[in-house]
Amino acid sequence: MTIQAMILKMSEGLGRTLSIFGLTLLFSLPLGLVVAFLRMSKIKPVRAIAKVYISILRGTPLMLQLLVVAYGPFYLFGMGVSRNKLVPIIIGFSLNYAAYFAEIYRGGIESMSIGQYEAAAVLGYSRMQTFMRIILPQVIKRILPSVTNEVITLVKDTSMAFTLAYQEMFSIGKQIANSTTSFMPFVIAGVFYYIMNMVVAVGMSKIENSMNYYR
Amino acid sequence: MNILEIRHCRKRFDQNEVLKDISLTVEQGKVVSIIGPSGSGKSTLLRCATLLEKMDGGELIYIGKKAVWEENGRMVSASASDMKDIRGCFGLVFQNFNLFPHYSVMKNITEAPILIQKRERDEVFETAKTLLRKMGLEDRGDAYPYQLSGGQQQRVSIARALALRPKMLFFDEPTSALDPELTGEILKVIRDLAMEHMTMVIVTHEMAFARDVSDHVIFMDEGVIVEEGAPNEIINHPTQQRTIQFLSRFN
Ligand SMILES: Nc1ncnc2c1ncn2[C@@H]1O[C@H](COP(=O)(O)OP(=O)(O)OP(=O)(O)O)[C@@H](O)[C@H]1O
Ligand SMILES: [Mg+2]
Repeated sequence: MTIQAMILKMSEGLGRTLSIFGLTLLFSLPLGLVVAFLRMSKIKPVRAIAKVYISILRGTPLMLQLLVVAYGPFYLFGMGVSRNKLVPIIIGFSLNYAAYFAEIYRGGIESMSIGQYEAAAVLGYSRMQTFMRIILPQVIKRILPSVTNEVITLVKDTSMAFTLAYQEMFSIGKQIANSTTSFMPFVIAGVFYYIMNMVVAVGMSKIENSMNYYR
Repeated sequence: MNILEIRHCRKRFDQNEVLKDISLTVEQGKVVSIIGPSGSGKSTLLRCATLLEKMDGGELIYIGKKAVWEENGRMVSASASDMKDIRGCFGLVFQNFNLFPHYSVMKNITEAPILIQKRERDEVFETAKTLLRKMGLEDRGDAYPYQLSGGQQQRVSIARALALRPKMLFFDEPTSALDPELTGEILKVIRDLAMEHMTMVIVTHEMAFARDVSDHVIFMDEGVIVEEGAPNEIINHPTQQRTIQFLSRFN
């Protein structure tokens, strides 16, 4: 098999790799904010549940979590295992990344000075207006470097989808490597990941720069 | 007419009784200064009056409308819609400005009148420009807070409070976070407001300023009003031992 043929074959899985990446961000970023709010709730049991959630999802391997999401319903409730693997993959990834994002959001929100809330309250902003207009924009600026780290990790983590035999770029590469006993597919995969992360880094630094107009 | 009435205000943090039966009345157009040692409860009193802190007892009344009062030993507040009107009565200027760093000076001033008071955009921008001119900042509308000196930031925060057309303003040590050479510019702004008969309650450590600008001075210590009266009486001829002791540190 020529290198070109390998690249071509592996590119076919890139769409799936990007789907995992994009959909995970789409769901985990807002979900993380919800988890962060639960984690900071005034109600103690709610806070405790969110804490356990975060602790388990950060404390166990993503691979294991994917297996639980995909096969858990079958073993626990005798439900059929869906043939569509993308759904459990996105659920597993989103739940996992939401836990990491929740802690990042929480750190950002808790770093805001109480004076910002009080100034807004005296000016008559509602709690929602205060959060959306005053707090969140400043939090986003503060947490962007940590979010970038997670996004870069996510690009590489998409390869975990092989656990559920999902034919994304890396799984295809591994199959080619096995059948041709060549190391080349791994080099190609490495280059693909590296390029994707270059794009992520450039994109994120663009966003960071767009918020540099204030301190 | 009384803009503000505080009656028998009590406030505690856990076992620490910070305000013990404080009453005070502020008439329209009057300037009241509150002086007193650190920890005497001056900020807590302003925070109760501006609804940032819940009172544990007593009542709070703005222009005859009850905001908070005691009923069968429990504190109750006015309805949400009354509360909105009441919040519109006053503005608060903080020691450390608390401007919104991600907003330009203009947006800091104009957002609340447009968003919360639903006033016309053009009118609000005109008002903001007039206020900035008054504060000597007419060309800084597009600047961000970090680009301004402390004194300029404090003037913006005063403009931000005034843009909502409050009936009265509270100041909590408005010059304490500023370098000494910048306090003058803020004191001048407050003096000008007093000349225009803006109703104000000012917590300050600037004794000469308090004497010159106020109609009434209150000396607080350990959560009680120890002595109050005409500025000259309190600051130059105090009668209470604790007031004398406190003021001796400023000469
Ligand atoms: N949020 C709080 N929780 C617990 N105690 C508080 C809180 N805020 C204030 N206190 C206490 O209440 C007392 C009065 O504080 P306050 O800030 O009102 O004093 P102050 O007169 O404004 O002093 P300063 O001149 O230093 O500003 C102090 O003993 C302070 O420790
Ligand atoms: Mg204080």
